[in-house]
Amino acid sequence: MTCLVDQFRPEVGESVVNVLERLGVEVDFPEGQTCCGQPAFNSGFQSEAREVARHFLDVFDATEGPIIVPSGSCGAMVRKFYSEMFEGEAAERERARCVGERIYEFTEFLVDVLGADDLYTDLGPHMEDTATYHQCCHLERELGVDHQPAELLGRVKGLEMLPMYRSEVCCGFGGTFAVKFADVSTAMLDEKLDNAAATGASTIVAGDTGCIMHMAGGLRRRGSDQQVRHIAEILDEATGPGDQANGAPA
Amino acid sequence: MLPKTERFKQGARETLADPVIQESMEAVYNGFHTNRQSAGQATEGWDAQRDRGRAIKEHTIANLDYYLEMLTDKVDANGGNVFFAEDTAAATEYILDLARARDVKTVIKSKSMVSEEMSLAHEMEAVGIEAVETDLGEYIIQLAGEAPYHIIAPAIHKSQDQVAEMFAETTGTDPGQTPEELTTTARGMLRETFQRADMSVTGVNFAVAESGSIVLVTNEGNGRMCTSIPRVHVAVMGMEKIVPSMQDLGMMLRILIRSATGQRISSYVTMVNGPRRDEEEDGPEEFHLVIVDNGRMRLLADPNLREALYCLRCGACLNACPVYRKVGGHSYGWVYPGPIGAVVSPVLSGLKQAKDLPFASSLCGACREACPVRIDIPNMLLHLRHQVVEGPREVRSVGRVERLVWKAWRFGNMKPGRFRTGGKIANLLGRPFARGGTFRRVPPPLSGWTRSRDLPLPASTPFRDRFKKRRSRGRG
Ligand code: SF4
Repeated sequence: MTCLVDQFRPEVGESVVNVLERLGVEVDFPEGQTCCGQPAFNSGFQSEAREVARHFLDVFDATEGPIIVPSGSCGAMVRKFYSEMFEGEAAERERARCVGERIYEFTEFLVDVLGADDLYTDLGPHMEDTATYHQCCHLERELGVDHQPAELLGRVKGLEMLPMYRSEVCCGFGGTFAVKFADVSTAMLDEKLDNAAATGASTIVAGDTGCIMHMAGGLRRRGSDQQVRHIAEILDEATGPGDQANGAPA
Repeated sequence: MLPKTERFKQGARETLADPVIQESMEAVYNGFHTNRQSAGQATEGWDAQRDRGRAIKEHTIANLDYYLEMLTDKVDANGGNVFFAEDTAAATEYILDLARARDVKTVIKSKSMVSEEMSLAHEMEAVGIEAVETDLGEYIIQLAGEAPYHIIAPAIHKSQDQVAEMFAETTGTDPGQTPEELTTTARGMLRETFQRADMSVTGVNFAVAESGSIVLVTNEGNGRMCTSIPRVHVAVMGMEKIVPSMQDLGMMLRILIRSATGQRISSYVTMVNGPRRDEEEDGPEEFHLVIVDNGRMRLLADPNLREALYCLRCGACLNACPVYRKVGGHSYGWVYPGPIGAVVSPVLSGLKQAKDLPFASSLCGACREACPVRIDIPNMLLHLRHQVVEGPREVRSVGRVERLVWKAWRFGNMKPGRFRTGGKIANLLGRPFARGGTFRRVPPPLSGWTRSRDLPLPASTPFRDRFKKRRSRGRG
């Protein structure tokens, strides 16, 4: 689970677990976990990031089976950047490689590992809503998870997916970028939210909690009725018992 | 050109507030960017061609000494002169000395980013040599006394009205001229200069090592005029602009032109093989090739940054970049704007002064996706960020507060208990100030966020606690 989900959007985590369990996957949450180290790494503080990454490896090296994260950013960090950070430390690098091979982003796991067909024949996802999909940058361009989310969403009965103009353009989050270059980040967010509003969809769906917090914060400030939800929440609601409006277990 | 790279934030703010520029930057995406995408899609084996292009650059840069020597020998054999300039001062001096020795009064220039590094037109004017830009965009910004806004479209930020006004001021034409009339006006003024010019300075898109030829790609034909009319031709190139063979050149031209404008072939591809030979009618009496380092060796020496030398200066990364489209070209403060500028400018003109540039990116990766030779710009930005934080003393520049913040972050993330407690404390402390679970304003260092976005309060029950509860319920 990602640190942002844990602290800011625990519902997303619950949705991930719900969906996976409905598909017969046994889920564990190693308690020792904190953050993957990406925020510091992206800010140039590699020594700090490296220590936290080491902790991440300690925790997950002790587990078995696929590791599923509902985030492209964290997935990319572990899969791609750990090996760079541990350059010159052969043993850590090897550990990073092993853990990295077990990491899957949530939709990637559903489609590429489980095969989405199960989800559709067994669970018959259904929900009445209109939505539009924002292609989170790291999911799309660091991990190459470019068709899985659309495939999953497209097959939810009753969910009308509306195309967004420039859906692949960054929302302006970028971690500390949003704070350090607040003006630029805001201009990018405005463009994104304008394009999302123009779709007329009631929900923006995205795959990374950072982007979701960013867009949600902007929408709230605008006083918009549109909401932003993680794709796991949508799939949870669509596959859950009908009376669970928000997907959280009662 | 003197770097003003420290002005990034200020420049960005000014640009964001300028509706004319914001409007023209839309054209960058709707025109260049989408044209490039369609050109890529329409080209069979496009991705394989990009891979081939990258492989050519990798090979060339890895053997740069060898190919530079080969190029030098060939240019010599063709009757030209090669001068290797360590920095812009040396390059400028060579060209000015040459101009004086040949009694040059008027110089025509075609587009060259390296000559912008040198501020060559300025330097010439300063010693009384008339220097005229012949690329229409360059001509416009020369009149305006500005730096290029975009690598291939230097005056992209100027509206048609602004250009008409500027022309009216300098030449007394009607300020209501249409774009076609403006082009004709500029042509007229330039044609007359072409006839007078005794020397030309051009850029180089590619230099072919095996034949000693240099290649110019233009859409206006001015490159051809520059290389054929004046009696002295000086071509200026960054030392990375080399390709081994004619066959490689063909491949590189294909991907450059498609990536730059989305065309299949630009209107003019000009090849120069040294000065005019006895049997030829056109061409200069003298040909000089100035090869400029100016910090490129530093890129070459750093394996993390070497890829920057693969750049073809096609501008695709600028067009794809959501930050560039908001902050514009001048905010980057030196010759090269946009994503590739954020890498090259700090290394070539000084990282300490340009320390904001590597951070002015959301690392969205659109540049790498657009780049014909797949240069991993985000990765190089990360490397430069690391330099700013933990690099050698002369480049390091991070405030004490930020260092403390990350130390605390590290402390909080080393033990799950601390992590959980941190969230709890933030929740409790924040609760009285939050409305409906979010903050409308928070103090620095996070205040930038809440300028335009609400910030959520950490959850009172984090996921880890919910998960535990679930398990105790489910299994207990
Ligand atoms: S970095 Fe790539 S996309 Fe950008 S100008 Fe250079 S070659 Fe073109």
